Amino acid sequence: MLGLGVDQLRADMNQLLALLFHQGVLDDHFLQLQQLQDVTSPNFVYEVVNIYFHESEKLLRNLRVLLMDRDFSDYKKMGIHLNQFMGSSSSIGAKRVRNVCFAFRAVSEQNNRAGCLRALEVLEHEYCYLKNKLHELFHIEQQRVMAAAVRYRIQD
Amino acid sequence: MTRNGVFSRRQKLEKLDGFKSFDHPPPDSEELHVLAVDDSLVDRKVIERLLTISSCKVTAVDSGRRALQFLGLDEESSSVGFDGLKVNLIITDYCMPGMTGYELLKKIKESSTFREIPVVIMSSENILARIDRCLEEGAEEYIVKPVKLSDVKRLKDYITKEEGEGEKSEERVTLKRKFQDACDNSPSSSTPSSPTPSSPLSPFSSPLSSPSLLESPLRRLKTNDGD
Repeated sequence: MLGLGVDQLRADMNQLLALLFHQGVLDDHFLQLQQLQDVTSPNFVYEVVNIYFHESEKLLRNLRVLLMDRDFSDYKKMGIHLNQFMGSSSSIGAKRVRNVCFAFRAVSEQNNRAGCLRALEVLEHEYCYLKNKLHELFHIEQQRVMAAAVRYRIQD
Repeated sequence: MTRNGVFSRRQKLEKLDGFKSFDHPPPDSEELHVLAVDDSLVDRKVIERLLTISSCKVTAVDSGRRALQFLGLDEESSSVGFDGLKVNLIITDYCMPGMTGYELLKKIKESSTFREIPVVIMSSENILARIDRCLEEGAEEYIVKPVKLSDVKRLKDYITKEEGEGEKSEERVTLKRKFQDACDNSPSSSTPSSPTPSSPLSPFSSPLSSPSLLESPLRRLKTNDGD
């Protein structure tokens, strides 16, 4: 029970991060976010990412509602949503989601509804994967913090 | 330092809600006060953190309209006597609903009270025409998002230097103006800043090597034959 393995957890986290970098899911800017976290703002990354999740899900809902409408033609509005999604994704280092938005935007500029529907599916899929992985990351981090606290208390 | 003639009225600011601003003790603190404008909540949170970690005071608002209200420039509100806290830098997103960052930039540069405040534009788009337009309108710099800590540090160093060397920057402006004059006048006329009056080289070549013009890491030099 004592072997909650702070070191193991840290290794797990680094491994997951390395994987996500390797897959191109995250980029350097995610590391920038981590650099902004310190004792004065210990949950900064978690807070920003949660805001990102909240905003992204709103945008995805909006996109789906737009496209589900058979008489849909407001590609400009779609472009605005995509720009927002692209911007916030690049701000947190979500490289793959950002790239999918970019491709999606190109399709929407061709006024191709079928293409947009396909692009939306890809976007939803990518976003889901990102969200799951980030949750995993936060979970490991949380465990590591708790394990570190336990170890410290035992040594007391 | 009331270089812009803006009188600081902190007490009034506390009665305002809707603006998120930091409370700092001494009124003549060395900290820079930055007004950040961005409609994206994610970006607002990030830029706020970037600035705070760089020891700046931050006021973050979500629209150009709110920014103007904060500065006391909004025509629609009866800004009786409210001038806002002294702002050392305005950093704004380009793409915003309602008023774009470019439109906000124009409004600020049109104001006699606030035109001296440096304005930086942020954008996720790297569009040359857009960059040119912003710089021509007087933006200090155009930063492609995502904004990095090094960007903020560079800006802060530049602004701090500007504030501290108020006279020197005026000198720089005068030198720049002379450069313009030198270019406008016929090649035969000489000014103190040109090397030799009988130089066969074009008048453009010498001022570019002037150290004071090159000091600014940000401002793109525009020559007379610029596009």
